[in-house]
Amino acid sequence: MSATMAASGAARNTAVAEKLANRRRRSNRTVEALCLAATVIGLAFLAMILGTLLYLGMQGLSLSVFTEATKPPGSHGGLLNAIVGSLIQTTIGTLVGTPIGLLVGTYLAEYAQNSRLGNAVRFVSDVLLSAPSILIGLFVYSVLVRPFGGFSGIAGCVALAVIVIPIVVRTTEDMLRLIPVSLREAAVALGAPKWKMIVLICYRAALDGIATGVLLAVARVAGETAPLLFTSLGNLNWSLDITQPMSSLPVTIYQYAGSAFDDWVQLAWVGALLITFGVLAINVVASVVLRPRQ
Amino acid sequence: MSTTMNVASEKLGMAAPMVRAAAEGMNEPRIAIRNLDFFYGSHRALKSINLEFPARQVTGMIGPSGCGKSTLLRVLNRMYDLYPGQRATGEVMLDGQNIIDPKLDLIHLRSRVGMVFQKPTPFPMSIYDNIAFGVRLHEQLSKSAMDERVEWSLSRAALWDEAKDRLNTSAMGLSGGQQQRLCIARTIAVRPEVILFDEPTSALDPISTLKIEELIDELKDDFTIAIVTHNMQQAARIADQVAFFYVGEMVEVGTATQMFTAPREKRTQEYITGRFG
Amino acid sequence: MQEETKHIVKSYDLELKRLRSLITDMGGMVEAQVGMAATAVLSKDSDAASRAMESDPKVDDMERQVEAFVIRLLALRQPVAQDLRMIVASLKMTGDLERIGDYAANVAKRSLVLQQFSLPYTLTGLSHMARLVQENLKLIIDAIGEEDAEKALLVWRSDEAIDQIYNALFRELITYMMEDPRNITPCTHLLFIAKNMERIGDHATNIAETVWYAVKGEPLTDARPKGDVSSYAVIRPGE
Repeated sequence: MSATMAASGAARNTAVAEKLANRRRRSNRTVEALCLAATVIGLAFLAMILGTLLYLGMQGLSLSVFTEATKPPGSHGGLLNAIVGSLIQTTIGTLVGTPIGLLVGTYLAEYAQNSRLGNAVRFVSDVLLSAPSILIGLFVYSVLVRPFGGFSGIAGCVALAVIVIPIVVRTTEDMLRLIPVSLREAAVALGAPKWKMIVLICYRAALDGIATGVLLAVARVAGETAPLLFTSLGNLNWSLDITQPMSSLPVTIYQYAGSAFDDWVQLAWVGALLITFGVLAINVVASVVLRPRQ
Repeated sequence: MSTTMNVASEKLGMAAPMVRAAAEGMNEPRIAIRNLDFFYGSHRALKSINLEFPARQVTGMIGPSGCGKSTLLRVLNRMYDLYPGQRATGEVMLDGQNIIDPKLDLIHLRSRVGMVFQKPTPFPMSIYDNIAFGVRLHEQLSKSAMDERVEWSLSRAALWDEAKDRLNTSAMGLSGGQQQRLCIARTIAVRPEVILFDEPTSALDPISTLKIEELIDELKDDFTIAIVTHNMQQAARIADQVAFFYVGEMVEVGTATQMFTAPREKRTQEYITGRFG
Repeated sequence: MQEETKHIVKSYDLELKRLRSLITDMGGMVEAQVGMAATAVLSKDSDAASRAMESDPKVDDMERQVEAFVIRLLALRQPVAQDLRMIVASLKMTGDLERIGDYAANVAKRSLVLQQFSLPYTLTGLSHMARLVQENLKLIIDAIGEEDAEKALLVWRSDEAIDQIYNALFRELITYMMEDPRNITPCTHLLFIAKNMERIGDHATNIAETVWYAVKGEPLTDARPKGDVSSYAVIRPGE
């Protein structure tokens, strides 16, 4: 009996298996083609953006862009004040936001695990992470700009710091949680108190991931326009005073790109090119230099 | 089921295993556990454990997964303190001090009771710093004294020859077996009295495993050793005393020879011969 | 004895079963050989004698089979506890059984010589001894097959009776030799036959000790009644 069953099983196998295999091959090819098409479409848009940017931006790229401040239309100005303003605000924003984010992330990962306060902080931080940046601009406007009677670089820095914080919180918490329990227990087993375990072992083990998170935060805020519109406003004159309105690349691009003057529009393209490649460079650094070592 | 357990624990009695162990050439105990219970929340994971760890000898703990042997190991250095909801009751005496006393200085305890884990856990720093990390937690040594300590512990862990030319390179570059020996070196650098091994070779290849076993055999000249292992042959090879655990109970303890040639309890017999249903 | 619990690896159980049946098969062969040797002596049956001698190489072959099987089990299964004891015991028991086979063959060989003599007396004592030895042998082979320590203990205790018969035979045969020097040749052979039978009994008690250890995990240490005092026996003419 078992022999006949095996025989009929074999007969069924050849016919049905052939049919099944054909169907599998067909659906495999279909899915593969769809994935490929989606990839091509996505990459095409990216290539077009970069191409347009390079084509239009390179036309206006010259030394004076880096040496001259913004000037009235037709007088061959540059973007120096915008570049420097961006650097200053991004740097200060990052320097202020990172330690706060780091400590909050540490609190969430190491101390508050599933406590009610921890969950609340984590929820708020996640909301902040996905909040439209213009809201953050408005918030800082109503807290720092209106009460103190004027737009300022400080307000811009604060707005950027507020954006940096949730990003760093999230990456810090995620990276610390990725550290195997065994590594923590090994440190504790040697007699390390908890804070030493965190500072000497966990931070070191999570360093690459946290640094990547910080760099990505820098890349994100370097391109932010909306929060700066309500805070540092933009400044067409050369100024390093952070208590005064301060220029920045995104805001300058925003202002110039919509203007009626051809040379301003041209400078806006150059600014866009600079920001894009600056952010691209940061991303490359983050993914190549700080790639987790095996 | 429960009646047979009661019979078993009655039969073993409270002090009976120790008396027997002492009679069979075991050293005086370094750690003595009496009526130890352990709870994960409301789950009782260890039930009235009575066991002694003879000084400068190897005690192997065997049993199926979830039998409580690792839990017991983690009581001995209070690792469970890291996790809320875990608690122990009873007595675990180390030199006249109850280890599970909540007022105990944990940092001092862990300098006396070291632990080596299942997976090698090198810290992300140089080989030298891996060793120095633990030492610096408890002692302030001059540079030369620290150098000596590093060399001594690496030599004891049979890693000095392989590591002496790369002390300042990352410990992550070592092979799995070397990493585990580094972890052992790191543990003995603190100069504990007791070393706990939690399945120290389960992630290693057979040759690295034999090296670790050889090392444990050498270390018992100076340290009291407790090892949890899933590998019964390993327990047979390196342990002087073997304890068999089953669902939170210690079923039987005896010399390795006795446990592997003529165990007294039927459950031990069934487990070590591979008859567990 | 532990039949209700099986190994997780079934093939291991099958191998242990096979080992046990190898030993009991070998035991059966040896038992038959001893039986034939006894018949050869007691009934002057030269046919039985030659069959007893012929089965010796088969027993030896069986011993080699068991040895090879035991070595394989030790290497591949790393047995512990009762399994280890059972396997090592098999190795020892197969040695004892092989020796028993040798003694039986020797008895058969001597029976051929004995046939050339007409004996002036009956072989009642020897036949009684042979029956006891065969009973013990049968019992101990059952004990191996059933892992029955109690049966083994029975064999171990009853060896004393065999020894006592042997002592009596020893004295009897020496007396015959002193009566008439023509008796010396057949009586010497009979003496050796009796001694061989007694040795077979000793090996059966060895096996009994081994079975006891394999089953219980502890040696059989009670002082065993030693019955063979012929080593000290002195019989002088005229006594």
